[in-house]
Amino acid sequence: MEAENGLEAVSALQKHRTEIDLVLLDIVMPEMDGFEVLSVMNRNHWIEDIPVIMISSETAPAHIERAYNLGVTDFITRPFNALIVHRRVVNTTLLYAKQKKLVSMVTDQIYEKERQNTLMIDILSHTVEFRNGESGYHVLHIRTLTEFFLQQLLLKTDRYSISPADIPLICNASALHDIGKIAIPDAVLNKPGRFTDEEFAIMKTHTTVGSDMMDNIPVHKNDPLISVTRSICRWHHERWDGRGYPDGLKGDEIPIGAQVVALADVYDALTSARVYKPPYSHEKAIEMILGGECGTFNPLLMEILQESAPLLPERLQGGEQGSTSLLEMRSAAQEMHHYEELSASERTLQLLEHERMKFSFFAAMSQEIQFEYTCDPSMVVLNAWGANYLGLKETVMDPMENPRIREQISEANRSSLIRIINSATPAQPMVSYEFQLTLDGQPRWCRIIARTTWSGDEPPQYTGVIGKAVDIHDSQMKLAALERAASHDTLTGLLNHASAKKRIVNRLEDERDGQFALVIFDLDHFKTANDTYGHSFGDEVLKFLAAKIRESIRGADIAARVGGDEFLMFLAYRGNLEPIISRIYHSISGSCYEQFPISLSMGVARTEMVGTEYDALFHAADQALYQVKRSGRGRYEFYNETMRNMLSVISSIDSETSEANDADEPKGDNE
Amino acid sequence: MTLKECYAALGGDYDGVLSRLPSEKFVQKFVLKFVSDGSYDLLLRSMEEGNYAEAFRAAHTIKGVCQNLDFTQLYRSSSELSEALRNGCSPEAPALVERVKADYQQTLEAIRAYQASAGL
Repeated sequence: MEAENGLEAVSALQKHRTEIDLVLLDIVMPEMDGFEVLSVMNRNHWIEDIPVIMISSETAPAHIERAYNLGVTDFITRPFNALIVHRRVVNTTLLYAKQKKLVSMVTDQIYEKERQNTLMIDILSHTVEFRNGESGYHVLHIRTLTEFFLQQLLLKTDRYSISPADIPLICNASALHDIGKIAIPDAVLNKPGRFTDEEFAIMKTHTTVGSDMMDNIPVHKNDPLISVTRSICRWHHERWDGRGYPDGLKGDEIPIGAQVVALADVYDALTSARVYKPPYSHEKAIEMILGGECGTFNPLLMEILQESAPLLPERLQGGEQGSTSLLEMRSAAQEMHHYEELSASERTLQLLEHERMKFSFFAAMSQEIQFEYTCDPSMVVLNAWGANYLGLKETVMDPMENPRIREQISEANRSSLIRIINSATPAQPMVSYEFQLTLDGQPRWCRIIARTTWSGDEPPQYTGVIGKAVDIHDSQMKLAALERAASHDTLTGLLNHASAKKRIVNRLEDERDGQFALVIFDLDHFKTANDTYGHSFGDEVLKFLAAKIRESIRGADIAARVGGDEFLMFLAYRGNLEPIISRIYHSISGSCYEQFPISLSMGVARTEMVGTEYDALFHAADQALYQVKRSGRGRYEFYNETMRNMLSVISSIDSETSEANDADEPKGDNE
Repeated sequence: MTLKECYAALGGDYDGVLSRLPSEKFVQKFVLKFVSDGSYDLLLRSMEEGNYAEAFRAAHTIKGVCQNLDFTQLYRSSSELSEALRNGCSPEAPALVERVKADYQQTLEAIRAYQASAGL
């Protein structure tokens, strides 16, 4: 595999990390130099798995030292001897292969050792329990319960210095809690009835005997397993209130491991059959423990018991079935945690490789842009299809600075996109953004759906984004066409009344201090045109009129067909309105469509007088129009206070035959 | 013309390169590849545009290739040029560019002649 420069190298490493055995790296390269590549490899911990041999003609000791400090395995200066390079590559590869093999051998060994360890402890503790005539499950239950309570405790508090790695240790030790019973005579141990005081005193000695046994083990004295087992053997019958035995420890004087085992022991004793009692149900046992019938416990443990009681029966059942293997797996996994620097096992790598193959297959199949952005280094990796579609390379450093991307995504869209991505949180990592992408100079609607990625730290750090961009241009255009159809009158192409009203209301709200006029007008004698020349002629007249209207208004004005031959206009003005209305009126009225003369009746209402409520404005213009029609048509009229109580045209659409002969003399006729 | 004569014509160390690289065939392959390497054009273009960082990288690449092939003469001038460009354009750089130009032409002619005579 070859990379022409550092950037390509990083991208190849990102893609084929698990397949690369060794990197030969130059220092001086375009885009990104060798040291930067090494820094990236360090930040991503790739350098731990992939050996790097640097080949360069730089011979300054400072360069060589820096390369070694950044983790290169070898440094070869130019001019190189081909044989030497070959040998060193082979040696390094072999060395790493051996190391990988050793890692997996050690992993298997640890796994096996852990398994045997647990097995031995189980055999030992079972020997004791067997004498006691208890079910073989007691030890398993104690283990499972102890582990469960400890995990809950860790989630709840950091008061106790237990790490997740201590849990398997305490669990192992818990299995040995009753080991001192080996020294209790059968007659006492298996007595069906109540103990006498004397017998009870003997029984109590199993705690001290257990701890003495641990003390007297000649070797391994300092092994944590011995000391933890000792404390559990000795103190698992102590009580929170100090009334337990053998030492009468109180509260947190009792080691937390012993506290937890004591609780597990009591719960399991209650729910199991004993020579002297039948088993109690889970619910009854919880009730008895919480009710203080079986001793006093750490309040924190009682809280945990109360909260997680419903989970217990299932946990125990799971423990009985796959028990040992499950526990082993877990402890082996925890053990592996200790050896983090040994990197992932071969199996994990294979799984990863499989996932990678799956991903690249689906990425190649789907006709969409898929991308992965990482913050450090700031770069985006595109799938092949997406890169081709956008005319970009598959790897782009600092994408927001890339001139082609800056051409494709406008600055406003870029900053919105960044803002939206920044608004994501680990709990709500998904974002989506619709915008117009500029492809070959043509805008296309596209939707980005993405998920932000976060580190495992506490608190999580934002590390990048994965996502895809789909072309929604056609559906978006269809939507726009539908929206347009819904808001426009089909015959004239002007707005319809409803959408005009919406726009006017918005304008009035946006510019409360503006001066506006609402104009309503209709075509005089339109019914005659329809009756004389037919309806299709009428339609042509209306279209002609609409064209005239369009010619006579300015860009920000709004014109609409209200219905029939009624139209409205809405316009902003400054100063004297009269000349404006006169200009509009005369540019429309007075012409002819074929033989039909265009004559208008027009009513005008001004916000100045009526206010900025749409309905009031409309009503006022309507009344002014009515006034015109009553007084013989063919002119315009401004609304004034005297018209307040007049009827409206719209509410009683006039018939062309009814003459307004009973009207008052029109006032303020402007014609 | 033999490869050895070609090396003599371009001021290179034929014995040196053969001692490091596996075979004559191997050396020949990379000598012929040298003709199509774009670093020289990139060097001249970058100098013209005043992009000295890019010019440095180009000179450095020529130097590396020559060093590996033991094109001693061009190696020396390109090596000096890349040092002269390492921290931007130093006063001696333009003269060195001229030297690299001359050495490059000489190298190119030698390889072309070799190519022609060997029918490659």
